[in-house]
Amino acid sequence: MSPRYAYYPGCSGLGSSLEYDTSTRAMCESLGVELVDIPDWNCCGSTPAHAVDHLLSACLAGRNLEIADGMAEERKLDGIITPCPSCLKNLKTTQRSLSDPEFRRKVEQVLGKPLRAGLPIKSVLQVVVEDLGVEALGRLVKTPLAGMRVVPYYGCIMVRPPRLMRFDDPENPMALDNLLRELGAEVLPFALKTDCCGAALGTVRKDVVARLSGRILDAAVEAGADAIVTACPLCQMNLDMRRPQINRANRSRHNLPVFYYSQLAGLASGQGEAATMMDKLCVSPRLLLNSLAQHTGERA
Amino acid sequence: MNIGVFVCHCGSNIAGTVDTEAVAKAALEYREVVFATDAMYACSEPGQAGIVEAIGTYALDGVVVASCTPRMHEATFRRTLERAGLNRYMFEMANIREHVSWVGKDKAANTRKAAELVHMAVEKLRRNERLQAGEFDIAKRVMVIGGGVAGIQAALDCADGGLEVVLVEREPSIGGKMSKLDKTFPTVDCSSCILGPKMVDVAQHPNITLYALSEVDSVDGFVGNFNVTVRRKAAYVDWDACTGCGECAAKCPSKKTPDRFNEFIGLTTAINIPFPQAIPKKASINANACIKLTKGKCGACAKVCPTGAIRFDQKDELVTEKVGAIIAATGYDLFDFTKYGEYGGGRYPDVITAMQYERLLSASGPTEGHIRRPSDGAEPRDIVFIQCVGSRDKSIGRPYCTGFCCMYTAKQTILTKDHMPDSQSYVFYMDIRSPGKNYDEFTRRAMEEYGAKYIRGRVSAIQPKNGRYLVKGADTLLGRQVEIEADLVVLAVGAEAARGAGELAEKLRISYDPYGFFLEGHPKLKPVETNTAGVYLAGSCQGPKDIPSSVAQGGAAAAKALSLLSKDKLASDPQVSGVKLARCIGCGKCESVCPFGAIEMIEFRGMPKASIIETVCQGCGVCTAACPQGAAQLRHFTDNQILAEVNALCL
Repeated sequence: MSPRYAYYPGCSGLGSSLEYDTSTRAMCESLGVELVDIPDWNCCGSTPAHAVDHLLSACLAGRNLEIADGMAEERKLDGIITPCPSCLKNLKTTQRSLSDPEFRRKVEQVLGKPLRAGLPIKSVLQVVVEDLGVEALGRLVKTPLAGMRVVPYYGCIMVRPPRLMRFDDPENPMALDNLLRELGAEVLPFALKTDCCGAALGTVRKDVVARLSGRILDAAVEAGADAIVTACPLCQMNLDMRRPQINRANRSRHNLPVFYYSQLAGLASGQGEAATMMDKLCVSPRLLLNSLAQHTGERA
Repeated sequence: MNIGVFVCHCGSNIAGTVDTEAVAKAALEYREVVFATDAMYACSEPGQAGIVEAIGTYALDGVVVASCTPRMHEATFRRTLERAGLNRYMFEMANIREHVSWVGKDKAANTRKAAELVHMAVEKLRRNERLQAGEFDIAKRVMVIGGGVAGIQAALDCADGGLEVVLVEREPSIGGKMSKLDKTFPTVDCSSCILGPKMVDVAQHPNITLYALSEVDSVDGFVGNFNVTVRRKAAYVDWDACTGCGECAAKCPSKKTPDRFNEFIGLTTAINIPFPQAIPKKASINANACIKLTKGKCGACAKVCPTGAIRFDQKDELVTEKVGAIIAATGYDLFDFTKYGEYGGGRYPDVITAMQYERLLSASGPTEGHIRRPSDGAEPRDIVFIQCVGSRDKSIGRPYCTGFCCMYTAKQTILTKDHMPDSQSYVFYMDIRSPGKNYDEFTRRAMEEYGAKYIRGRVSAIQPKNGRYLVKGADTLLGRQVEIEADLVVLAVGAEAARGAGELAEKLRISYDPYGFFLEGHPKLKPVETNTAGVYLAGSCQGPKDIPSSVAQGGAAAAKALSLLSKDKLASDPQVSGVKLARCIGCGKCESVCPFGAIEMIEFRGMPKASIIETVCQGCGVCTAACPQGAAQLRHFTDNQILAEVNALCL
């Protein structure tokens, strides 16, 4: 039986990272993973909620868990998945803090109903890599990303804190590396794969993002990459949308594109640029995609 | 039988949670107890004098002391009884400290339990026999396992004291970790210059037999009479013929063999002598790298060897040595830093261990003492040292402090400045632990005279950047993040138990801690003894140690072995098994279960019977449990005695 999960897109999935959400849904469909949207879901609280009030944060995330739990039995759900590492961290943190009975009592009082919070919570990436195996994705490849030199960028929280996330190696994760290699790309060693991009400080401390994200771009270029591949909407936004700010602050001229891994998975399996929403990227991947097409054409 | 009971306060250790006076009073009600009292410290001189006096006054035949564990003072009180003219086995000890006062807080319950333990001891004592110890011959030889500086010291001291010594070393040469060091702290002495003469002494001492490239295979026997089987591994060279000329290594075509002695920095040949001062200075072949042994062709060494010493068909050889005592000095190994992903997990060629750096500093090392980066051979300028790599970190299962890394790191920064005056060293540390003679002064010198920059904090990541390495860390004194660009990063890797330490401990029947370090007899008072008679410890096998401590322990272990073997005979323990011939049906069950081979089947008036070899029996009691007839009885712990104890408790 094909796996079926409650799907939590996160707010950015319907806005700034629409291409991530769309390509993720397409990837899951072609892999036979059935997604059931959590009805009437709300924001997980993101960084602001847990920065000011743990109870508020747990209530926001907890409500989503409660809705998913409510339909778990009827819809035979295997768990809850989300593409966004930040949403994932909030959902998992809430699940863990609910194991404290005193705290749980407070959350239930606010939400006005008892909580189960028993479904396993994973990232889409974890399901693809651990449950299905990257080979499953490899079998869908029609036009390998041959000749594309990429560095995978996981961001800081996809694999950390390790005892909460329980996914891959916290210092040197390889999930994306292996996945991209399966798509036919040339994956380069990247020492900054779990460094911080500056995250939500982009709104209040642009200088910090310019410094931290600038460093990731420098290292990617030094490694000889044609592109950076991410699995996080906020990382992607900092590296891609804020590129002019970063270049201005650092007097750099970086122009390498920043893809979501799910976009490249779609591209390699022949979904085309429109379906994978390549036009949503701020730093244009045009030149790279053209040379990829040329490369593929030459081989054909 | 007149029994006296003495209930010890042990200061407040027992009296704090046990009503000792009430226990003594209760004891007066037990059968054949004619005298009972409590005492502040039963083991002290006045305490013992009180026991001797009571034995005289009340004509006591046996004594019960309720105090600490028998491991602590049983021997003390047995001597007290002997002084008063009683047999040493007419004594019982009730452990009301470790088993009562230290583990329970309820004074009423503790007092009740203590009284019951005393009652059991009294009932057992009523059935004790006046046992007499026999004597047995001993081998006046000692085996030292491990030829590092601790083992070398122990071997030399034993040999100088007149004992025959068998020194067993796993590697092709003795010298251990110290032989790999360039200089030693805090004097900056040349390590091989001070160790070398001691190694030569080992080679030349008439009382020392050296088995290099050998390991302990099995150990039988007991104190005074151990039989140790040693596996002498094939060197593929006849060491009696080898002169150590080195012609073979010069001609060996397999020149890309990983160099163990140089910590895998640089390469060596398949046949080699590990270092110039090696003892024994004999060649041996690395079978995994030798072209002849792996592919069947070559034999270049055999062609050039002037004495025809090469033996490609050599096999491991087992030799058995009878010794009276064993000193374990098996040292330590270095923590495998690849467990730390944040330091690159072994992926960066210029992130090396401190021992590898030591080989770079050494004039006899792969770079002849010039500091060179492994990646490109360039001379580094900025060098970052990271301390506590594999020490004081619960997350990787190493919560203990290795204890000597602070000092060797300081030494390495000093040597770095001496080698390269334009270089700059940075040291990330957690705390500086330098509590030895002239040690703290030495670390201050590294900072103040040699300009090493010490940063208190941990490193979060090492990342390659433009051919150098960006070291990111915290400065917890300034409360801010720091980043240093380094050409070379040296990790102060901690010590862990030597490879195979646990297996050796089991062969020697000694205990080891969760990290594999051997357990001493008592953490304060028996630092080089073990709980197995005749087996002693020296050096880092007991816990990480620097050179002076290892040498001191080597000497201490030798003194223990010398004092043990200074006697011509040892007293045998009479608390061994015996077989009542009338009851024995000769079924042989006891013979099959005895773990020490201490039972032989004999014929007695035409019937098969079991017989105990008393010098081999260890008194474990397995035979008494196996015997269907109750014929095999462990003296001092007979079935009747144990039943009497159970009855005292339960009836």
